[in-house]
Amino acid sequence: MAGETRLSLHVPEPEVRPGDTPDFSNVAIDRAGTIRRPEIDVVPEEIRDLAFSIIRVLNRDAEAVGPWSGLLDADELRDGLRHMMTLRAFDARMMLAQRQGKTSFYMQHLGEEAVACAFRKALAPGDMNFPTYRQAGLLIADDYPLVEMMNQIFSNERDPLKGRQLPIMYSSRAHGFFSISGNLATQFVQAVGWAMASAIKHDSKIAAAWIGDGSTAESDFHAGLVFASTYKAPVVLNIVNNQWAISTFQGIARGGAGTFAARGHGFAIPALRVDGNDYLAVHAVARWAVERARANLGPTLVEYVTYRAGAHSTSDDPTAYRPQTESDSWPLGDPVMRLKAHLIRIGAWSEERHAQAEAEIADTVVAAQREAERHGTLHAGGHPSPRDMFEGVYAEMPPHLRRQRQRAGY
Amino acid sequence: MATMTMIEAIRDALDVAMGRDDDVVVFGEDVGYFGGVFRCTQGLQAKYGKTRCFDTPINESGIVGTAIGMAAYGLRPCLEIQFADYVYPAYDQIVSEAARLRHRSNGDFTAPLTIRMPTGGGIFGGQTHSQSPEALFTHVAGLKTVVPSNPRDAKGLLLAAIEDDDPVIFLEPKRLYNGPFDGHHERAVTPWAGHPLAEVPAGYYSEPLGRAAIRRPGAAATVLAYGTMVHVALADVAARGIDAEVVDLRTLLPLDLDCIAASVRKTGRCVVVHEATLTSGFGAELAALVQEHCFFHLEAPVARVTGWDTPYPHAQEWDYFPGPARVGEALAAVLEI
Repeated sequence: MAGETRLSLHVPEPEVRPGDTPDFSNVAIDRAGTIRRPEIDVVPEEIRDLAFSIIRVLNRDAEAVGPWSGLLDADELRDGLRHMMTLRAFDARMMLAQRQGKTSFYMQHLGEEAVACAFRKALAPGDMNFPTYRQAGLLIADDYPLVEMMNQIFSNERDPLKGRQLPIMYSSRAHGFFSISGNLATQFVQAVGWAMASAIKHDSKIAAAWIGDGSTAESDFHAGLVFASTYKAPVVLNIVNNQWAISTFQGIARGGAGTFAARGHGFAIPALRVDGNDYLAVHAVARWAVERARANLGPTLVEYVTYRAGAHSTSDDPTAYRPQTESDSWPLGDPVMRLKAHLIRIGAWSEERHAQAEAEIADTVVAAQREAERHGTLHAGGHPSPRDMFEGVYAEMPPHLRRQRQRAGY
Repeated sequence: MATMTMIEAIRDALDVAMGRDDDVVVFGEDVGYFGGVFRCTQGLQAKYGKTRCFDTPINESGIVGTAIGMAAYGLRPCLEIQFADYVYPAYDQIVSEAARLRHRSNGDFTAPLTIRMPTGGGIFGGQTHSQSPEALFTHVAGLKTVVPSNPRDAKGLLLAAIEDDDPVIFLEPKRLYNGPFDGHHERAVTPWAGHPLAEVPAGYYSEPLGRAAIRRPGAAATVLAYGTMVHVALADVAARGIDAEVVDLRTLLPLDLDCIAASVRKTGRCVVVHEATLTSGFGAELAALVQEHCFFHLEAPVARVTGWDTPYPHAQEWDYFPGPARVGEALAAVLEI
């Protein structure tokens, strides 16, 4: 009876740590093409199982199969490949630039390129993303100028954000990309508010919220779900599960729940889980959720199962907390290689064209960097004025700030 | 002009704002059908529909977070936090998001929202219905903070806050909702009826943010106060027959430093009064500004009369509250130096 059981605290641990052999054998992965595609007006209760499976389109033979395939033609797929390759090349250059001291900080997308690049193509002009710091693919897939991104990263004299914000915290209303805060989860609920406003005004635009697996533990994630559920807001609620929150494995945020997608069930929000390294699957699921929102059917929660192949940021060293070879063992492969293989398989691409595209993209990125560096880098060349620090705190500068600016000598 | 309570004036301001601008939306806990626990939004849902005035889940971070998203879309949300004491779950959204959005996005996105919340004690609300957290907001770059002391100002300042293109924290001293409370809790409640500042013009007008008002001109000393403490100071000055100038700050940020400095240079003495705790309170900022700008005119050190540095107590409410006796003692001490 009472007193016979001594309590003990459960602290989850990942399967493996540095020095161990990576093991993803416990990750259940459905075969491509096997998960059904419901109608967008499906009753959420009827698709609860889709929060526990993984929707996949590309199979091991690089074929697009099943009910979620067939949405994109060869041109669109080649565009997608180019976007992902551009993002990867951009990341590589900027990681190097950070090592060279041209910027203080950078965050790369290695292994996760498909998620934002494919999602962006499911949106329409005027829709608004509320991204985290690992969705630059939304900008690249919308043809936002690479030079502008670099100007921001270098905090130079052309920085559209005037040097005020940490590198990679872009903002572009014109490209449907809400200003990145850098705080976690705060913007998840803001996306819901933006979507509510669109519904209040009988508009046709929808919003997309973004969050990482670790940040789903934040209260604002749950606030976003309850508001989205209550008001049936036209929003797509995206969870990018890249397995790692800096050094903390996803089990710490997920707890006893089977998946992150399952968090939607208590809110009666339809929840889908998708192969985040499969460009076609990401796009198909995004399109389903976007159509649903635009048809005034309410929110959808989507979990993208992917893997953060690189470090969290330039300030992080993953070898300290996970096996060095874990990335190679990730069972869902590499999104660029998988889409490339598919395009070759359908006769729309070749190794030669790929090599040529890689070279062209590298040239484009280098040319953009050269252009950006003409306007300065963090510690050299043109930089924003200290005066810019005082501007824009308010629509009109109040007297106390004017006095401080004068005292500072600007 | 109609005589209104503070509650009626706030409701009237919301009504006028919603009538003038379809982008104004009003929401919060119990705000929709019921009209708010203090009834400041009564009738608005019936008049403007439930997509412009609605109830929300009990989640302050969600209330402010969704409002930021709505503001970024182009609306002008005016939301209610049921008590200022409940705002802390939303503090991250206010400080890290609303306040900085214009600056960090270089004007690409802005957050023109107004956050109303009842503040202050005097209703036996204990620790969780009595706090005055204004200094937590005046300390944050990008916010404006307003504290009206009467119905006429409440309406005009609230209309200005809603029209403002930056986030405004609008603190409503709940002890003033139904009358100009002068701190004499042992006396019968004085209603707003008959008070000149309860005469509220009909329709639209606005009081610009950032301007103080001299409620009583005087030459012997300056009392800087806002919200409930304006009335406490006025009553005490009158009772003691002190020729003090009572300045109602109305807006804490932006602050009307010109008005403050002119008054203190004239009187040479200054007492700062607020209900919030002493240490790092807004009074510290006022005292510092007065010595920076009026040092050579000062005849005495600046005195502060505030709540004690304790949680707001329940049974000891009137021991905590900086009532007339404490204001009077401070004034007398400053005048004797």
